[in-house]
Amino acid sequence: MPLHVEGVSHRYGTLETLDSIQLDIADGETIALIGPSGCGKSTLLGILGGLLQPSAGRVTLSGPAPRDSLNPFTYIFQDFALLPWRSVEANVSLALEHRALPAVERRERVAASLALTGLSEFASAYPKQLSGGMRQRVGIARALVVRPAVLLLDEPLSALDAQTRELLMEDLLKIWAREKSTRVYVTHNLEEAARLADRVVVLSRRPGHIREILRIDVPVADRSRPEHAVLLAEFQRQLWALIRDEAATADRELQRV
Amino acid sequence: MSERQPIQFRGGGFDPVPRRSLPWVVFAGLIGLWQLASDTGLLSPLFMPSPLAVVKALHALWIDGALVGHVVASLKRIVPGWIIGTAAGLAVGLSMGIFSAARAAGLPIVSALFPIPKIALLPLLILWFGIGEPSKIATIALGVFFPTTISAYTACDAVPRNLIRMGQSFGLPGRDVVAKILLPGAMPGILAGFRISSSVALLLVVAAEMIGAERGVGAFVLTAGSLMQTDQLLAGVVLLSILGLLIAWGLGRLERAMLKWR
Repeated sequence: MPLHVEGVSHRYGTLETLDSIQLDIADGETIALIGPSGCGKSTLLGILGGLLQPSAGRVTLSGPAPRDSLNPFTYIFQDFALLPWRSVEANVSLALEHRALPAVERRERVAASLALTGLSEFASAYPKQLSGGMRQRVGIARALVVRPAVLLLDEPLSALDAQTRELLMEDLLKIWAREKSTRVYVTHNLEEAARLADRVVVLSRRPGHIREILRIDVPVADRSRPEHAVLLAEFQRQLWALIRDEAATADRELQRV
Repeated sequence: MSERQPIQFRGGGFDPVPRRSLPWVVFAGLIGLWQLASDTGLLSPLFMPSPLAVVKALHALWIDGALVGHVVASLKRIVPGWIIGTAAGLAVGLSMGIFSAARAAGLPIVSALFPIPKIALLPLLILWFGIGEPSKIATIALGVFFPTTISAYTACDAVPRNLIRMGQSFGLPGRDVVAKILLPGAMPGILAGFRISSSVALLLVVAAEMIGAERGVGAFVLTAGSLMQTDQLLAGVVLLSILGLLIAWGLGRLERAMLKWR
């Protein structure tokens, strides 16, 4: 579903966080949003999914949302946002319970989503029994069960250790090869951006505006091939050169209280 | 260095180690010392009767049915008072947790009235409801209401906002956000509040019964005191302690049943 960000600005009180963001996202495209901390990338994601209101501008869709999607804009959260009192299965089914859906179909969808994320044998486990990686898999299963048209990922791997992150990145790529959604992926990890995104949008520091939009010409599915390693490394270097100075400045800024 | 020195261990300690028998040994030891002091005449039987005398008094009360009668009389005040206070407290506290307007309207009143020792209102409540049961029940209900209200809205505040945003992001209607996210998330705090409100109820029933009642454990303790029947008096105190322990145990069971996921 093509998505258009039309001159979106945002402010918290007097603090300007986003400044006239203009961006067109093609159907089925994966966009990575990167930038120094506090540049408003998570804010932009919140506006995209209707959880935050822009102070100016708007987000539009061209064409109707797909009919089989129960929740066109769906998030995957950094901290997983699982309900600790619900089992894995019940956490996934939360996304469907309020929809007019026959119970049989709901169960089938939940089972399919759990199978896709390798969680079938953990269906009745509780979040506290799971590792961080498995918890985020529950978050992914819950997002996929509604067949999202636009998947909004808010630093989905940042709370995980390096090895788990690698495993989940492989899983995400496998799932994405099968499921055709448009994706916006917020991250501060340049490697994730270089490996997962068709285009990388680099935001400046606060108030965030688009500094650069870079396309990676290697198809996402081929990025793990050794012959592209040099090109991807060069791409990451390029990204780092773009944000390094601003990241350093942002680091030395006093935090808001 | 030519000689190999083993590294000195300097950790350890400051870790809670379970010692299952020690609490019982200390408990029994203290009772034993008390009994010994009574037997040797160190403690006067009038001012501090021996543990054995207290047990005998309890036994006698059990035989003639007075024990059950007083406990039942107290429970008939605690239970309705606690239920009324809890129901009202949850209604007000959860509203304050969910709606900002209810919070803004209720918080000053709750904060102003919470510190009043509720027993001070008993004379007023007696004027309103008479000397009988309703004034005592109302005192307990009032005493339970405030801590319940406060624990209910603080429990709502403790539910992570991102869980609520998650629910909204999946299109959950407001009532589902409340029923499926806010209330279950607030449950641990609400149940912890029950522990406080139940001890308030026990405190107030005794105080209320000392002011104007013929039956009930509080009245019994007061009467025993004025008749210098200290063994009976302490028997009443032991009863109250058992009652408090039973309530705490029951709430512990309830917490374990409702919060299995923790």
